[in-house]
Amino acid sequence: MSAAARGNREGRWAWRLTGFVTLCVYIFLFAPIIATVVLSFNASMFGGFPMTGFSLQWYGKLLGNEQVLAAFRTSMWIALVTAVITTAVGVVTAYTLIRFEFRGKQMLNTLVILPALVPETILGVGLLVAIKAVDQPRTSLLLVLGHILLAVPYVVLIAQARMVGIRRVYEEAALSLGASRLASFREITLPLLVPAVVAGALLAFTISFDNTSASLFWRPAGVETMPTQILSMLKISISPEINALGTVMILVTVGIPLIGGLLLQGLTRLRRRGNPEEKT
Amino acid sequence: MPDKLTDQTSKPRPSPAGASQAVAGSAAARPGAEGGTPAVEFRDIDIAYGKFVAVRDFSLAIRRGSFVTLLGPSGCGKTTILRSIAGLVDISGGQISIGGRRVDDVPIYKRNIGLVFQSYALFPHKNVFDNVAFGLKYRNVPKADIQRKVRQALEMVRLPGSEKKLPSQLSGGQQQRIALARAIVFEPEVLLLDEPLSALDANMREEMRVEIKKIQKETGITAIFVTHDQEEALSMSDRIVVMNAGAVEQIGTPEEVYETPATAFVADFLGKANMLAGTVSAADQQTATVSLAAGQTVTVASPRALAPGAAVTVVVRPQKLAVGPAATSNRLAGRVVSTSYLGSSAIYEVDIGGRTTIRANTPISGKIAREGEAIDVGFGPADCVLLDENGSRIA
Ligand SMILES: Nc1ncnc2c1ncn2[C@@H]1O[C@H](COP(=O)(O)OP(=O)(O)OP(=O)(O)O)[C@@H](O)[C@H]1O
Ligand SMILES: [Mg+2]
Repeated sequence: MSAAARGNREGRWAWRLTGFVTLCVYIFLFAPIIATVVLSFNASMFGGFPMTGFSLQWYGKLLGNEQVLAAFRTSMWIALVTAVITTAVGVVTAYTLIRFEFRGKQMLNTLVILPALVPETILGVGLLVAIKAVDQPRTSLLLVLGHILLAVPYVVLIAQARMVGIRRVYEEAALSLGASRLASFREITLPLLVPAVVAGALLAFTISFDNTSASLFWRPAGVETMPTQILSMLKISISPEINALGTVMILVTVGIPLIGGLLLQGLTRLRRRGNPEEKT
Repeated sequence: MPDKLTDQTSKPRPSPAGASQAVAGSAAARPGAEGGTPAVEFRDIDIAYGKFVAVRDFSLAIRRGSFVTLLGPSGCGKTTILRSIAGLVDISGGQISIGGRRVDDVPIYKRNIGLVFQSYALFPHKNVFDNVAFGLKYRNVPKADIQRKVRQALEMVRLPGSEKKLPSQLSGGQQQRIALARAIVFEPEVLLLDEPLSALDANMREEMRVEIKKIQKETGITAIFVTHDQEEALSMSDRIVVMNAGAVEQIGTPEEVYETPATAFVADFLGKANMLAGTVSAADQQTATVSLAAGQTVTVASPRALAPGAAVTVVVRPQKLAVGPAATSNRLAGRVVSTSYLGSSAIYEVDIGGRTTIRANTPISGKIAREGEAIDVGFGPADCVLLDENGSRIA
């Protein structure tokens, strides 16, 4: 047996070990998710294994639970509003930061990113204290503003990364051809930014929809979002209903980016197809 | 073609002037004399990036329909000047007029200029038709006219029927043609081209050079072309503006700047002329005898009587030097340092003593001189230009 063959065997074992560890990590990551989804279809009264039969009763129960439905609606509209506003603000901020030189640019840059660096709990308390200081009540508006604050850094970072790749000459060409600054942004820069816009909007949506800790501080009295609703339900009991609710959360937070991605792909393909002379 | 060139350029040549005269003449005295306002006029332009002054005291008047090239080494401010016409950089002093109208406060999108970039800059998400139609759309041209004009422009750049293609489906040369079509389709007042050929390979460059020149002539558009390639400048331009370190060195026709360089910089930058330092030993109204630092003495034509003892530089183009036993009045004995065989001609580096090497580029007739061979190089009294101790041409 040559040394090379031995080395080969050792290499194979090393690979097997790496594979095993990786598998463990993934099981650890996905087991809770899979358990939640599987158990949401369990017929048993108790929210745990073993399975006693397949049933959709917990989903039926969810649909009849006014509180849960209200929380779902609240989370949905807050996430939508957050996504729309954050994307608009984030894209314009990124454009400004990349394209223009002005005093205090570095400071703006830091300020915009800051909410992503400060622990959420501190941000939560901080915003509350600030609101108290100016003697304002906790309203849904505050909750939305808070979520925007949390999501803006990520949208700005995504848009900035894309913006860097859009060469200035495109805009200069558009300007020289007679398009105003606004028109050249609309016709040239924005279309080239679309991937960042879509990605930013989806990320902002999920950040808002998922948020637990900051929402706990900011929500007005009596208003629940999906995550806070789950938390308050957990305080009472571990009902299988929670599994169903968790599955819905997973569906929304995974499904929406997925749909967005597919949509974007479809759009690109459609544009290609409108272009019959394309060589492959 | 050469005839046409000289014909077009014979007018702005009242005197074979030096740099300062040419600048002054073109800035102040030219309009009127040329019949009509210049297409573009710079008056004492200064441009600074922060504290760094990129362009100083730049003056130039560009005749309608002419092809003017800004030529100079990298970083000398060519792009900066071009961008100042477009309104993409702010000038800190002086004024720019386009078609007689001051444009200091006119934003770029109202200046009506065509821009062609080194990197093509076609909108990647728009097809060829939408790229070319872009400028027309913003000028509220009716749809039917847009169709027609785009088609004509594409025919002009010899890419008819490419409307539906995306820029990514075109070669570099094709993209640059589309960029050219996009810049001229709306009949701008000036066409600005910033090194449009430098991203292309050598063959394509040659072809595009001819094509751009042809289209410019056909359309009669005023073109300002930026390059650091002297061959491009000499072959395409009606007039060349040679720049160095943010200032003008010389303005003239290709023949003028090549044959009678105004400064040592121009002589060196265009065609690497031989510069032989020396002092005047005797002179009259028409000639000067110069003792070269290399040891020899030459007699050259001089535009005026020079003071004996004055330091001068004799500038001779490699192409003007005869090699071997030719009958020229000035003969420098030397030894061949190296020979480059180019087929129809050969370039010799010849050591003429005093640590001076001169370069001769001559058509091959008979035997080629090899390294180490003793050889004579010579030139006639009128085959050179004299520079004074400041490096300016003696006129
Ligand atoms: N945005 C800028 N900020 C600061 N300095 C600049 C800027 N743009 C150009 N410069 C400087 O101005 C000078 C002239 O630049 P310019 O781009 O006009 O040169 P150029 O002649 O076009 O050179 P090249 O042949 O390399 O394109 C250079 O020294 C350059 O470093
Ligand atoms: Mg340049």
